[in-house]
Amino acid sequence: MRKLLAVVAFAVAFGANGQEKVLRVVPHSNLNILDPIWTTQYMARNHGYMVYDTLFGTDEKSRVQPQMVDKWTVSQDQKQWSFTLRSGLAFHDGKPVTGEDVIASLSRWGKRDAMGQKLMTFVEKMDSPDAKTFRIFLREPCGFVLEALGKPSSNVPFIMPKRVADTPADKQIEEAVGSGPYIFRKEEFKPGDKAVYVRNPKYVPRKDPPSGTAGGKHVYVDRVEWNLALRDAQSQVNALAKGEVDVLERPAFESYEQLKQIADVRLVTKDPLGFQYMGRFNHLHPPFNNPKVRQAAIAAMAQEPFLRAQVGIKEFYRGCASMFTCGTPYGSAKGSEIQSKSNMKKAQELLKASGYDGTPVVILKPTDLAAIQKLPDVAAQLLRQAGFKVDLQAMDWNTVVSRRAKKDPPAQGGWNIFLTAWVAPDIWNPLTNAAIGGAGEKSWFGWPSDAQLEKLRDEFARATDDAGKKALAERIQARAFEIGTHAPLGEYVNPLAVRKNVTGWVIGPGDHYWNVKKN
Amino acid sequence: MIWKNWSVRIGGTALALLIVISMTAPWLGTVDPTLFDAASRDLRPGQPGEITTLEGETVKHVFLMGSDSFGRDIYSRVLYGTRVSLMVGVSSAALALAFGVVCGLAAGYLRWLDGPLMRVMDGIMAIPAILIAIAVVALWRGSLPTVIVAIAIPEIPRVTRLVRALVLSIREEPYVEAAVSLGTPALKIMFGHILPNTIAPLLVQGTYICAFSILLEAILSFLGVGLPPDIPTWGNIMAEGRVQFVAYPHNVFFPGIFLAVTVLAVNILGDGLRDTLDPKMAKRV
Amino acid sequence: MLATIPVLLIVAVLVFLLLRLTPGDPAAIMAGDAATAEQIERIRAGLGLDRPIVVQFGIWLAKVLSGDLGESFYYRIKVTTLIGQRLEPTFALASLTILIAVVVSIPLGVLAAWRFGGWLDRALMGFSVMGFSVPVFVLAYLLIWLVSLKLGWLPVQGYVRISGGFFLFLKHLILPAITLSVIYIALIARVTRASVLEALGEDYIRTARAKGLPEVRVLVRHALANAAVPIATVIGIGIAILIGGVVVTESVYAIPGLGRLTVDAVLARDFPTIQGVILFFSFVYVAVNMLIDLSYVFLDPRIRY
Repeated sequence: MRKLLAVVAFAVAFGANGQEKVLRVVPHSNLNILDPIWTTQYMARNHGYMVYDTLFGTDEKSRVQPQMVDKWTVSQDQKQWSFTLRSGLAFHDGKPVTGEDVIASLSRWGKRDAMGQKLMTFVEKMDSPDAKTFRIFLREPCGFVLEALGKPSSNVPFIMPKRVADTPADKQIEEAVGSGPYIFRKEEFKPGDKAVYVRNPKYVPRKDPPSGTAGGKHVYVDRVEWNLALRDAQSQVNALAKGEVDVLERPAFESYEQLKQIADVRLVTKDPLGFQYMGRFNHLHPPFNNPKVRQAAIAAMAQEPFLRAQVGIKEFYRGCASMFTCGTPYGSAKGSEIQSKSNMKKAQELLKASGYDGTPVVILKPTDLAAIQKLPDVAAQLLRQAGFKVDLQAMDWNTVVSRRAKKDPPAQGGWNIFLTAWVAPDIWNPLTNAAIGGAGEKSWFGWPSDAQLEKLRDEFARATDDAGKKALAERIQARAFEIGTHAPLGEYVNPLAVRKNVTGWVIGPGDHYWNVKKN
Repeated sequence: MIWKNWSVRIGGTALALLIVISMTAPWLGTVDPTLFDAASRDLRPGQPGEITTLEGETVKHVFLMGSDSFGRDIYSRVLYGTRVSLMVGVSSAALALAFGVVCGLAAGYLRWLDGPLMRVMDGIMAIPAILIAIAVVALWRGSLPTVIVAIAIPEIPRVTRLVRALVLSIREEPYVEAAVSLGTPALKIMFGHILPNTIAPLLVQGTYICAFSILLEAILSFLGVGLPPDIPTWGNIMAEGRVQFVAYPHNVFFPGIFLAVTVLAVNILGDGLRDTLDPKMAKRV
Repeated sequence: MLATIPVLLIVAVLVFLLLRLTPGDPAAIMAGDAATAEQIERIRAGLGLDRPIVVQFGIWLAKVLSGDLGESFYYRIKVTTLIGQRLEPTFALASLTILIAVVVSIPLGVLAAWRFGGWLDRALMGFSVMGFSVPVFVLAYLLIWLVSLKLGWLPVQGYVRISGGFFLFLKHLILPAITLSVIYIALIARVTRASVLEALGEDYIRTARAKGLPEVRVLVRHALANAAVPIATVIGIGIAILIGGVVVTESVYAIPGLGRLTVDAVLARDFPTIQGVILFFSFVYVAVNMLIDLSYVFLDPRIRY
């Protein structure tokens, strides 16, 4: 009975009079895994950004900036890095953030994340001489220490308490205690229904203006509620139109027509770098075990048809000849002629010359992921026009994910092509871009094998000057196009749809809810 | 005699019309329902546009029922969809009837099989039909045979019960007892005496199963576990078009009408058949 | 009553087999996009999916019998907790739907039977057949467009728990319940009409009318009362259809109930949740039908157990 009275009192105090500012968000997917190190899912990453903080961030100009770190020094031989943390950093349980927490968090992250693993091959040891300092000792100079520590997307090296970060990397963590601008209300979390975050009153934001994942993370609302139950696209638009929710994180492209006409709603391009589509080949089995066939396919898969079909709205997409993202440091067009300077006739000729024997190409098509649903149909149509035999197989996204992990021949549960989309930070340099690797069976799904590509990537990892890195990135891209690792299929933005009274959106890749005001 | 009944006339005629449409779809001004052209996206009903064929030529085309967000012709998809939807309905009904008859005969005639078999049927009936269908289609791939089987499975227990009840009642008839005492083999009795008496109620039940199957296919497509979209079905077209229901209702409207009319026709036909062939069934649904 | 145990056992076996024998790997889904094959294997082992099927079934069954439905692969919380969280919305929706359906359909059916063969009868039965023929989600979109968007009377989506205010709870639930009740109304109205019709043909009705009893009394006290058993039966059988409709309705109206949970679980290959929820639904179906069987005693004094 007492509990009921308490609930009623609470409801009256906060719910009924509406003085508490609640931001109601409809995220792009369901939240089920709360460990952003264990999985690369974007929802887990977004949850991480609410609850945790990072050592460095990346601003809207793709530059790495300090976040939790106050000052840092690098030794003359570039092998010893020493960092000092800002003051006032504390976890939600009240304990201050120390160097030991940082080291434990980085170790765990370094076991899961591809870039982190690469970083750890350079690392001799890490230590924390006093509570606010931690040091990284390298075996040899490494050109991407800060890029790794400040990487904005999966997996993000979030800082957790040592006792949580000591959880083995192949087990999920049990607590969601961080030092970030929001506190996760575990007791209010209802999977598939809603996730609740409240303002962290003890969070000390930086003084600089927010930009990307860098700068001051001020919080101007009391509560953020993620509506995990509202998955139907039309219902999402209806709810936003009636003011039952405040933000649609990733509206379906078909919805924009209706959204543009709603008076109280506006579109915010929070992430101008956007996403890039890609078509990935299976290098293990015919016909794409033949590089000439891969090249013919890339020549056939022009970017415009994909973008027009999937995105449709001209202002939202652009072709980009780079495998990294256009508008970022490594976004050049080097080596991309096979795709950008091609046409269907050329593709047909290339296919004939390659000795393609008519093996059907199995394309995996997800039926329940609106964001990429149309790409496989476009791929099928283009490849058929080029002369390929195509077997378009439809299944739900989860089955796609299971199947693409299989190395079996396509006819026995494997695949030849799948299509997907990446957010810019996940592909914008040769080290984070999982598709540009040549380590064979150890690589990302598709498993290309190329010693030269691997050598170039290693050199990139060791290069410490910007000019050198740029040159190497160009060579890497040229080589990737040459061996046909995958086909980049164009870039697009997916603007947020928000109620007009919600402002303060921070420009940068990813989904972040600090600095947002509800007027 | 059945033709005299108004319901049979209306339902039957509508259904016959739909069957004719489904067979003559290629010649009714349609294009390949899988062809799309992003330039012709979201056209309103009656607007002209273009389609690019597989050979690469661009053809002019009037989109009678508008186009979807891919740029595919809804008119063509709806007409070709008639084939698939009808096929799904009839096949699932036929499959459910076939299995149900076999199980019902077995359960009714072979006493030792009756108990366990009916318990299994009860088990299947206890699981909501849609969950069985979702599970089967989602867990295997969404193809035409899978969807037909998935929709048929939940219907089998009801048919089994029906046939079993009929078998049990007919079994006690004097002429059957006579046949048994004459040494007639069980199979001959089952198929020669019992089965002919089940045809009428089975036919009625079959039409209801057909109607339900067509609806269930639409629901499966809506939930994303139906047939892959390059096989157009009314459910598919609506499922893909639902995102734009408010802005472009024609995506849902036209296939929805066809679906409703078809299911209505089948239901009315079933009612008419029931009234003429088996008035006793009018009390059970 | 004892018959329920073997039925549920069979349901358990059927569902378990169905899930284990299908392609689709829960481990790969959980691992996310950039995972390697080794990571996926390790997750599989962690979920216990690498053991033989019979062993997995035995372990699961033992747990079920002690009230533990296992832990969801997807959410990593106990299935019983998940069901507990989602039960209220589905139960509320189903209850309101049944209430609306019964209150609307029985009078409609009685009316149709009373005016058998007339235009009212045909019109009512015509509407009821249409109620069968339109898919639930189309009806839902139409109603949302009309009532919520154009007229603005009701919210377009969402569920508010009773603890959040009864009026708000009702406001959010009424449109979904109406949507769902249509097919149920159609079903019950038809059976009501047929049973009442049969009862009206009986001698005691003629006697009652000859006695000069008012028509309403004849219809309700005599005809309807005798028709009660088949009507109750169809309400029970209709629970299965109701659950089917609940799945779609919860999707469109964003109600976080058991129907939506099952669909998500199937798409995510979350075996323990699928098994747990289907078992739960079956249990409810069996229990409701048992209750209805028991109610026959009250509805028809001639029936004794």
